[in-house]
Amino acid sequence: MTTTVRSFVTAPDIDVETDVATEEMLVNMGPQHPSTHGVLRLVLRTDGEMVLEAVPHIGYLHRCAEKIGENLAYYQYVPYTDRLDYLAGMNNNVGWALAVEKLARLEVPKRAAYIRVIVCELNRIASHLVSMGTYGLDLGAFTPFLYAFREREFILDLFEAVCGARLTYSYATVGGVTHDLPVGWVEKCREFLDYFAPKIDEYDALLSFNHIFVKRTANVGVLHRDVAIDYCLTGPVLRGSGIKWDLRKNMTYSSYEDFDFEVPIGDGRMGHVGDSWDRYYVRIQEMRQSIRILRQALDRLPDGNHRVALPKIFKVPAGEVYMETEGARGQLGFYIESRGGAIPYRVKVRGPSFCNLSVTNEVCRDCLLADVPAIIGSIDVVMGEVDR
Amino acid sequence: MIKPSEILARIQQQLGPDVVSASSISVAAPTDGREGGIHFWIAVPPESWPPVARFLKEDPILRMSWLRCLTGLDYPDQKQLCAAFDLMSFELGHELCVKVFLPREKPVLASVADVWRAAEWHEREAYDLLGIVFTSNPDSVTDEFGTHPRRLLLPDDWQGYPLRKDYVFPREYHGTPGSVELDWAQKPVYPK
Repeated sequence: MTTTVRSFVTAPDIDVETDVATEEMLVNMGPQHPSTHGVLRLVLRTDGEMVLEAVPHIGYLHRCAEKIGENLAYYQYVPYTDRLDYLAGMNNNVGWALAVEKLARLEVPKRAAYIRVIVCELNRIASHLVSMGTYGLDLGAFTPFLYAFREREFILDLFEAVCGARLTYSYATVGGVTHDLPVGWVEKCREFLDYFAPKIDEYDALLSFNHIFVKRTANVGVLHRDVAIDYCLTGPVLRGSGIKWDLRKNMTYSSYEDFDFEVPIGDGRMGHVGDSWDRYYVRIQEMRQSIRILRQALDRLPDGNHRVALPKIFKVPAGEVYMETEGARGQLGFYIESRGGAIPYRVKVRGPSFCNLSVTNEVCRDCLLADVPAIIGSIDVVMGEVDR
Repeated sequence: MIKPSEILARIQQQLGPDVVSASSISVAAPTDGREGGIHFWIAVPPESWPPVARFLKEDPILRMSWLRCLTGLDYPDQKQLCAAFDLMSFELGHELCVKVFLPREKPVLASVADVWRAAEWHEREAYDLLGIVFTSNPDSVTDEFGTHPRRLLLPDDWQGYPLRKDYVFPREYHGTPGSVELDWAQKPVYPK
């Protein structure tokens, strides 16, 4: 009996490209990978350069913020909301405050609502700047990151003047905001907007329409609108898929109805609607719209009190509420059940990044390994909010 | 915009009056002049939930295309767990919360991940933190606790469900000691 050993070198009838079986390989990406934005871990099943499956493993930052919420008074939970989406703390504070106020049937003064809009939109710009800068960084463009952080620094200075903190603000609280705006702050904010508005064109020249950047992001990670709806994606990821939906416009809260602004959507300018470039560019356009809202809010900032006086032991009537607000990354929801006491019975946080991340496997399937950072970066997740 | 009473009537008309066991319209709740209160919900028996879910999504009048949030709740005094699904039709703008109450000893509910794919992670989280077993979730595992969704946030070998009200915080996990002073059952004492 003879055994034939087929040698690739000697057998001329074997085509290396097609006849040699390659094994599937599991590649672990994260939780310390620089382009996974925190502690996201992906297990990729790859066939050569192709990704067959991308399974996210989350929970590395889990603190059970919901359990903490069941043990704290409504005021005391505000600092914990800062740490959900730590790049947009103001938006989280406002989301929590509005949910509690809805449950407690509380109206805040007009001035407080306007101040909230101002700080939210500033924080949205700051958050999108980080998103844009780190997205460039993921794809090998280092310079935009420095530009983005230079501008973000001015926003943090403005926040520091308002509440003393640069990252975890706890500024918007139940019943209004903790402090009124300091003297001269409005002018400082206007100066910043005058400085910042032309910078967005600079980012466009530097990154958005950069040939290499477009080649890396256009037609990569296309999210069809039906998939986006099925996974309940929200925020720029949803709008990047061409769906005009923004809670600030469609279900207004906190005086957003007073302002005139557009809801930018992805239009497939560089490739297919819903690709990574569209999601990226929606954020750039949202920064321009935020400037519009900010200018109107600063011009029309009403006089009056910045918060309502509430008792130290603030009791909320029994009941439940589910309230969503448009955060920087999508719809941040709080489900609160109260039994009439000073602390809630149940707090549930619906982090927009949580739902947006759940689409990873769907969108990374059959893409190239090198495109995975481009897709994850365009979804723009903050793990503090995913893991809670 | 469809009113809460019209949503309720539509469901009962199409699926029979028994699929809705209670709603915030029938239960006396503070309403603020708004029908159904600030959070309009209906309660559905566990066995009716999958057909109700599919109907809510596919009905041309209701079109609940979004599963926004799944909240698990624990009511030890009523010996019940609750899964509250917050739904929304973003084309039409109406909202609805569907609550499914489950017995605390055997909280089993069919998965609706085939209706809304957003449900997959939400259901895994609800199992992870509250122990509600969603059968036929696409990402399920079988171990000594039976077949259940894979844990999402906690490690796979974690014991217990932290968001249950009677959860006891472990004193030790793989050699890492838990804080001894921390007593999760203890609530802060607020002055009256």
